Amino acid sequence: MSEAIQPQDDGQAYERDQVVKIINSVIEKVEHQKGDETTVIFDELKNLQQIIDDARKELGSTRPSEITDSHIPTATDELDAVVESTAEATGTIMDACEVIQEKAGSIEGDASMAIMDETMKIFEACSFQDITGQRITKVVSTLKEIEAKVDILMKIVRSKIPGIDEESAKEEEEGKAEDGAITDEDLLNGPQLPGNAISQDDIDALLADFD
Amino acid sequence: MAVDKNMNVLIVDDYNTMLRIVKNLLKQLGFSNVDEAMDGSQALEMVKQKSYGLIISDWNMEPMTGYEFLKEVRGAEGQPYQKTPFIMVTAESKTENVIMAKQAGVNNYIVKPFNAETLKSKMAAVLGEF
Repeated sequence: MSEAIQPQDDGQAYERDQVVKIINSVIEKVEHQKGDETTVIFDELKNLQQIIDDARKELGSTRPSEITDSHIPTATDELDAVVESTAEATGTIMDACEVIQEKAGSIEGDASMAIMDETMKIFEACSFQDITGQRITKVVSTLKEIEAKVDILMKIVRSKIPGIDEESAKEEEEGKAEDGAITDEDLLNGPQLPGNAISQDDIDALLADFD
Repeated sequence: MAVDKNMNVLIVDDYNTMLRIVKNLLKQLGFSNVDEAMDGSQALEMVKQKSYGLIISDWNMEPMTGYEFLKEVRGAEGQPYQKTPFIMVTAESKTENVIMAKQAGVNNYIVKPFNAETLKSKMAAVLGEF
């Protein structure tokens, strides 16, 4: 009679062949079952159950739902904010250039032309916003495609491994500080997106409350 | 024939920054009658309503791209705007883009980022020296 196959305890992933080997071993024993072998079969089944539980925990610990629930939406929001803020900044630069051009128009001589030429160069340079905006839009679109594909994979995983979300939630809960205190990692989320930040006035008021 | 700097120029781009840049460069070149559109479909409506001496259009826009807009303009048999000079100003810099645009009837092609000198030389190539 073959020895019972023990679950690995070194953190290594089980190969598909190992699982198949275990199942075959169980089937073989069931087929040639004798009274005194039922304990061995029971042990094999327990080991198999342990392997499946380990695999579920391992999958859960990666918190795959975070990819679509948090990581990708955050990344796309951040990129959208980059486009918005560069558009706003280039708008301000161009406003200033237009004022300078207007003033230069009232100056006599070569200085006026020189100022016009230089402000024209600033205008030309501002086209970076259009180029970077287009590149970022492409990246956002790629991220959304990845999000959709991960979502499909997650649906498949959920249907094959019931309880995966509970494992993820448990892992997340365990990852938090035991006393519920805010960690350094919790505090590193800047720069804040528009709407998620408080203003300088709010900060001043907040600090004033401590006085 | 001298270029009429009072002609109407239509610039089409979905980025407000780019519209402002091109408008300012045109102003520096002496063209001040400039209208703006944010995509091909809006631009198409505008050319149907008003006569333009030059169209300067981006390619990558929604819902109608600059390429589709170009094909609509060139395909409008018997319409006064069918032969309006058309310059594509775009970040699409692959050979096939240039070939497709040329086959669709574009008069010139400028790759972003560009400067005033490039814009002036391409406009001169299309309209004549000014």
